[in-house]
Amino acid sequence: MKHLKHILVGCTALVAASAAHAQDGEPIKVGILHSLSGTMAISETTLKDVMLMLIADQNEAGGLLGRPLEPVVVDIASDWPLAAEKARELLTVNEVDAVFGCWTSVCRKSVLPVFEELDGLLFYPVQYEGEESQRNVFYTGAAPNQQAIPAVDYLMEEEGVERWVLAGTDYVYPRTTNKILEQYLLDHGVDAEDIMINYTPFGHSDWQTIVSDIKAFGSAGKKTAVVSTINGDANVPFYKELGNQGIAATDIPVVAFSVGEEELAGLDTTPLVGHLAAWNYFMSVDTPENEEFIEGWHEFIESDARVSNDPMEAHYIGFNMWVEAVEKAGTTDPDAVIDAIIGVEVPNLTGGTAVMLPNHHITKPVLIGEIQADGQFDVVWETDDLVPGDAWSDFLPESAMLEADWTPAVNCGNFNKDTGMCIGASAAE
Amino acid sequence: MTSFVRILAFAVCLLAPLSAAAQDADPLEQAVADFHGGSYSDTEAFLQALAATGDERALPIIDALENDQLYVRETDGVAFVAVEGEEDDTLVLSDPVTGEEIGTVPDDDFDDVRVNNRIRRAIAAARGALTLLSDDAGVRARAADSVFTSRDAAALDTVREAIAQEENDRVLKKLREAEAAILLDQGADEADTLAAIETVRGRGNRDALSMLTRVTANSDGAVLEAAQAAVEDIEERLALLGIVQNIWYGVSLGSVLLLAATGLAITFGVMGVINMAHGELVMLGAYTTFLVQQFFAATMPGAMDYALIVAAPAAFLVSGGMGVALERGIIRHLYGRPLETLLATWGVSLILQQLVRSIFGPSNVQVSTPTWMTGTWEVVPGLALTLGRISIVLFTIVVFIGLMAVIQRTSFGLRMRAVTQNRRMAGSVGIRSGWIDALTFGLGAGVAGLAGVAISQIDNVSPNLGQTYIIDSFLVVVFGGVGNLWGTLVGALSLGVANKFLEPFAGAVLAKILILIAVILFIQRRPRGLFALRGRAVEA
Repeated sequence: MKHLKHILVGCTALVAASAAHAQDGEPIKVGILHSLSGTMAISETTLKDVMLMLIADQNEAGGLLGRPLEPVVVDIASDWPLAAEKARELLTVNEVDAVFGCWTSVCRKSVLPVFEELDGLLFYPVQYEGEESQRNVFYTGAAPNQQAIPAVDYLMEEEGVERWVLAGTDYVYPRTTNKILEQYLLDHGVDAEDIMINYTPFGHSDWQTIVSDIKAFGSAGKKTAVVSTINGDANVPFYKELGNQGIAATDIPVVAFSVGEEELAGLDTTPLVGHLAAWNYFMSVDTPENEEFIEGWHEFIESDARVSNDPMEAHYIGFNMWVEAVEKAGTTDPDAVIDAIIGVEVPNLTGGTAVMLPNHHITKPVLIGEIQADGQFDVVWETDDLVPGDAWSDFLPESAMLEADWTPAVNCGNFNKDTGMCIGASAAE
Repeated sequence: MTSFVRILAFAVCLLAPLSAAAQDADPLEQAVADFHGGSYSDTEAFLQALAATGDERALPIIDALENDQLYVRETDGVAFVAVEGEEDDTLVLSDPVTGEEIGTVPDDDFDDVRVNNRIRRAIAAARGALTLLSDDAGVRARAADSVFTSRDAAALDTVREAIAQEENDRVLKKLREAEAAILLDQGADEADTLAAIETVRGRGNRDALSMLTRVTANSDGAVLEAAQAAVEDIEERLALLGIVQNIWYGVSLGSVLLLAATGLAITFGVMGVINMAHGELVMLGAYTTFLVQQFFAATMPGAMDYALIVAAPAAFLVSGGMGVALERGIIRHLYGRPLETLLATWGVSLILQQLVRSIFGPSNVQVSTPTWMTGTWEVVPGLALTLGRISIVLFTIVVFIGLMAVIQRTSFGLRMRAVTQNRRMAGSVGIRSGWIDALTFGLGAGVAGLAGVAISQIDNVSPNLGQTYIIDSFLVVVFGGVGNLWGTLVGALSLGVANKFLEPFAGAVLAKILILIAVILFIQRRPRGLFALRGRAVEA
């Protein structure tokens, strides 16, 4: 009997050793820093699930550097000071090697000092307002020149729009984006009186006045469009009111930067058909990579009804880039990864490749999609080439001369090309 | 890219005469035979060609295009109308002109003809031009409106033909407006243009304003003067109507506030319980609406429009039941200890939120709007009220009157008032005060559930729904005067109207802040709110 047991143990050990040949040693910990409760839970819970899926897939493929990956999930509860605390906990207590997380700009801004101080790595997956580049952060979502500017170009050229409503939620992303857009429009010969800017609080639900103002603004005899940086839940009543007041996409199209498949999931989209969204990925994009990704996602989440969206693709790209950089560097040490990741090239889900640029942004295609009756987007326009992300907008006088470059030659997040000086205190120590 | 399109267009032009020579057929068949898919411009040209035929048989083709049912065969570019077959990846083809079914084929070789906003506009224009002579007056009216928007010069002859034979006054007016719109866009001699300006001026709404503003931008002399006068006239009218509209927006915002706050006015105002879970009771009402709609969708999809009528009593019962349970289970042990009540009910609110999140997920659920609540009612030209808001205002009035009737006219209302005014004396005359407390709390909670039904129609239904309304509800009750339903009514409506009048000048963010400051100052002056209770009840 004892003999048998020995053999059994030996066998098990052998089988385990050959199966998990690649996976002995300490696990590599990956932090996931998203809101699983509170107002942002609607968007961020999905991102947590995607990260878990990517990590599970990587482990199935043999882990990383011969070690397994271990996810560490924390809930920041849509509470930004808490996000900074949780980030500190991940880096000091859990000792994670990379963190994937945050959705809102305010979250990113609150955790930045922590990552700087403790020299961690943050992969930030959402489109944002730009005007930032930090050594420890990788921006895998779109910068304004990868979303807002091409969308405005599309409206000008294809729809002949001459009059603009810039409507947004009142916080840093819409305000900065609208500042850039306003300057861009003025530079392109749009009269100041043909631009209307409007801000609303988070979760605004009574849109009657604003929608009727937009209607009034649109009756000046010029083709009008709305550029919407309205974020989160407030979009649903906004679109409902548009439908109710009879503003069709053929009269006044709305192009949104924060409305994706996930946001449309809670909405009857029939009155919205034809309104636009600008992203770098749509679930409806027909490529083998995307098909495989969606299939894997449905299997992982055990539901065929779940949608995929742009920030999910950003996490997919960011995670693969990190994996490749770690393999290239041969270590998970943040400084080595920061050096190794620049120039890393991985496929995206729309049939192109994403390259990590020296300014810690990536190359992306820009797609304009029209909302369909089934809640999906039909791509009506896309850029011919991949657009490299620009950290500092060229359209704002105060940032036009700034450039971010984290290669050893410059090593600066806000390098002034005119003076040849690095102005930020956030330069590498 | 553009050069490619040009080459393609050129190639199409070259090919067109060839196929034309082959079958010297009627114009519709010709137009269909000439279409081979391609860019949006090609599709637009195809639609114009269809409209130019004036053939009613073109309408099904346009419908198919709009519904993504028009396909082009990749191999030879022949267009078909097709619907998806029963088996996966198959299409049932039919002939676009005759509508005859051809057969089922695999969908590999067929490309969907794509539609964007430009094509949708062309579709509306083409359909308008083709239905101007329809037998149905409603269809003709819509067609005239489409032509008014598209200002398609090719439709001018048809519009004039339609005017000549039109007998319905309403449609005739619209047709004349459509004619005027085309003339203004094309340019005509002075007399015609002036007449057209007069016609469009009579329309008096934003479309007309938009059109006339465009005229002022490129005209001179008498035409410019007439157009300017018309623009000023319409603007003046719209400014006046704008005030009416603003009051209406205020009333409708106020009625939502009132609905959300009425339940609180009973639990907090009358009973003195600080119920932080009030918002979650509203949320439960909204989720009940969702469930009832799901039930209807599963069992009798034809009756979906009436789901809301069933949802209202259901939501009242669910939230009311939850309220009674809450009162019996927790709150009655905490009477007279406001801080503990506040903390306990806040805990309940978190539990309810997480419970709903666990069951339904963190995402919004989709509550559909019945057809009788969608669309607008144009009271006079330029003043359109949305039916959804009208329904909610009416619903609020019904709920409020119903509540007043219960409190003033029923024996339960009598007992309720007795208990709140003097608990011990009410107890002495044989009223079971504990039971009345539970029912009163249940009534307040049930009204919160009714609010949830209404709010599900205008806002997101998510686990966080309650959070949005709890602050506003307390604000209304405190401002209106604790313990007085009329105060709540006046408080809600005045806050709503004030908010809507500030919004255009101050913006939505500042308007909200200004209102809060105003309420704080007001409470400083009159701590008991607008309608303060006097007498013994105050001391109780």
